Amino acid sequence: MTGVAFMLGGRTFRHGVHPAEHKEATRSRPIERMPFVDEYWLPLAQHIGAPSKASVSPGQKVQRGEVIAEAGGFVSTFLHAPVTGTVKAIELRPHPSGKQLQTIVIATDAFASQKITTLERPAQDADAATKAAFIQRGGLVGMGGAAFPTHVKLQVPKGKTVSFVVLNGCECEPYLTCDHRVMVEQAEQVMRGLDLILELTLAKRGAVGVELNKPDAIEALRQAIGTRPVEVVGLTVKYPQGAEKMLIDALSSREVPSGGLPLDLEIVVQNVGTAAVLAGLFDHGIPLIERAVTVTGPGIRRPANVMVPIGTPVRQVIEHCGGLLPSAGLVVLGGPMMGMAQKSLDVPVTKGTSGILVLDQSTKTVSEEPCIRCGRCLEACPMFLNPSRLAQLARAELHDELAALHVMDCFECASCSFSCPSHIPLVQLIRVGKALVRQKGSSQ
Amino acid sequence: MFGVALTFGVILAIATRTLRVYEDPRIDDVEGMLPGTNCGACGQPGCRAFAEAVVSGSQKPSGCTVSSPDGLALIAEYLGVEAGTQNKRVARLHCAGGTSSVRRLARYDGLPSCRAAFLVNGGGRACSWGCLGLADCERACTFDAIAMNAEALPVVNVEGCTACGDCVEVCPLDLFTIEPLANKVLVQCNSPVTGPEATRACAVACDACGRCALDAPTGALVMKGGLPVIQDAGRCDVTCTLRCPTGAIAEVVGNQFQPRRRLEVAS
Repeated sequence: MTGVAFMLGGRTFRHGVHPAEHKEATRSRPIERMPFVDEYWLPLAQHIGAPSKASVSPGQKVQRGEVIAEAGGFVSTFLHAPVTGTVKAIELRPHPSGKQLQTIVIATDAFASQKITTLERPAQDADAATKAAFIQRGGLVGMGGAAFPTHVKLQVPKGKTVSFVVLNGCECEPYLTCDHRVMVEQAEQVMRGLDLILELTLAKRGAVGVELNKPDAIEALRQAIGTRPVEVVGLTVKYPQGAEKMLIDALSSREVPSGGLPLDLEIVVQNVGTAAVLAGLFDHGIPLIERAVTVTGPGIRRPANVMVPIGTPVRQVIEHCGGLLPSAGLVVLGGPMMGMAQKSLDVPVTKGTSGILVLDQSTKTVSEEPCIRCGRCLEACPMFLNPSRLAQLARAELHDELAALHVMDCFECASCSFSCPSHIPLVQLIRVGKALVRQKGSSQ
Repeated sequence: MFGVALTFGVILAIATRTLRVYEDPRIDDVEGMLPGTNCGACGQPGCRAFAEAVVSGSQKPSGCTVSSPDGLALIAEYLGVEAGTQNKRVARLHCAGGTSSVRRLARYDGLPSCRAAFLVNGGGRACSWGCLGLADCERACTFDAIAMNAEALPVVNVEGCTACGDCVEVCPLDLFTIEPLANKVLVQCNSPVTGPEATRACAVACDACGRCALDAPTGALVMKGGLPVIQDAGRCDVTCTLRCPTGAIAEVVGNQFQPRRRLEVAS
């Protein structure tokens, strides 16, 4: 039972919850490749920031890896063809957000070799701005789920310095194992990616934070360290250990100021998957055209970790994994805590899709009871907010009070909803409250 | 002690006379004649401010959309000014996709509020631009002028609506606009999707066939972004709605969602 000893020994943050892990189904399954499907749907908005601008037109032939959309601003990124084929249309298609957004539809050329058209790489001694532009050209975004353009984070603003780079390998969401498999199978690339981030940010030290329920990943990464000024730190298994601010707290015992960024503490955090793609981009010129996705849950016939080309319809990925079981119920993109429930399977896998989770019909729909003031949500909230109070204020639409109680610090980890014995949809109410504050502004 | 009291008493007595700010007593009277809802539809922060504006002559009494015509006449008579003509405006919903028209893809089990459902994959409906039917506007309406009908669509009672704009603000899909009641034609769809894709999601969606634009007087109505846009409401009448295959553009007289006037075919 070394696992228990490990779990007791890890560093961590204060508060948080312990949801059941459910990672057994896929954690030891190697990432498999998925055959090409007939059609790929590439929404122009797959990342935080301005949507990309299509640079191809219907009828045009595209090579796998070729740029099909350019950045629509600084906080935006490029988009590449995941497959060799023909642009069928650029039209409104369903998006995982529930909206319908402009999407480039590519029909696969069944007879093409599917060789990747690589990007021209910058010289080894190119300056930081050139390299950042190259990362943007490679279409890189954070692969943890938020999909924030990577080049923005790696371009250190004037007057700021970075001393410490953190790679996030916590994967604290239940069910998900794609980061785990990337760390085990691509430990060298992850370390190479960390090298590149250290080089770009001029940071001196780096660390990889991994939860202690992934001993094989920790082992593989430690083997790959070599002579680097890098440490692999085992962290207590607790949700949301993988949230940026919680990870920083666990590793450095420091707190990111309210409304601030890790950069204020001279820290940059990147996901391990992003680091692996970064290595492929700089070493081989391969842009972000595919990602590892965990397809799992009690409603799926054959749970697996799959390398999915960006833009593959979710329905096809599920079919690749044996299809839905008759008991299948809710389908969620991402993990069960922060993922987004879907109303249709006809949405594409985007750069930020880390998992396809199919729950079954035994997942209970609970009814809300009155708050009994037990305080469990306060003990769960990793940001030390008062979720119960915020939910009440959101119901009453009191946006000034919400802002005064730092509702905008909530990053919607759902620990409060998870811990509430009265099943109050706390995080949903807080999300409504955040939308209200964004709409009305705060008078402070 | 008495001396101190006397001193201050004298100072206060002088101050009330010398520092007095004259306020037109008519403001109080006019405020008393206003409905006192502080709804803001007149463009002023409240009824008091509106009373000041009316007394100063910068606004006509008819700026108040809540008062009845009789009430306005009373104010006008009291001040000896013209009441002005009230161009009645009401909130109109740009969606007709009720529960029997719009396809439902999933059941939404969360908080019964449009703004909450909007954040969860945009609710369970196939159309991501239409009414969610969870009645945030009904709850927001200060004048109880909005009632959900059997199709889970909000019906604005034009008698009660004061055009205050609370529903416009609360709707997460921005489906309400404030329109003059005299406008006879209304586009009751918000979906930019065109062709069969549009009608697959909702039976009363605009599929952008463009018949209305052809039937309307030149330039009065144009197709833009997959939807008809009324450019000159005064020149649009029932003719441009008669050939609409789905009813996405409709003639509205009074409340919305009344039976549609059909093209009469000569036998």
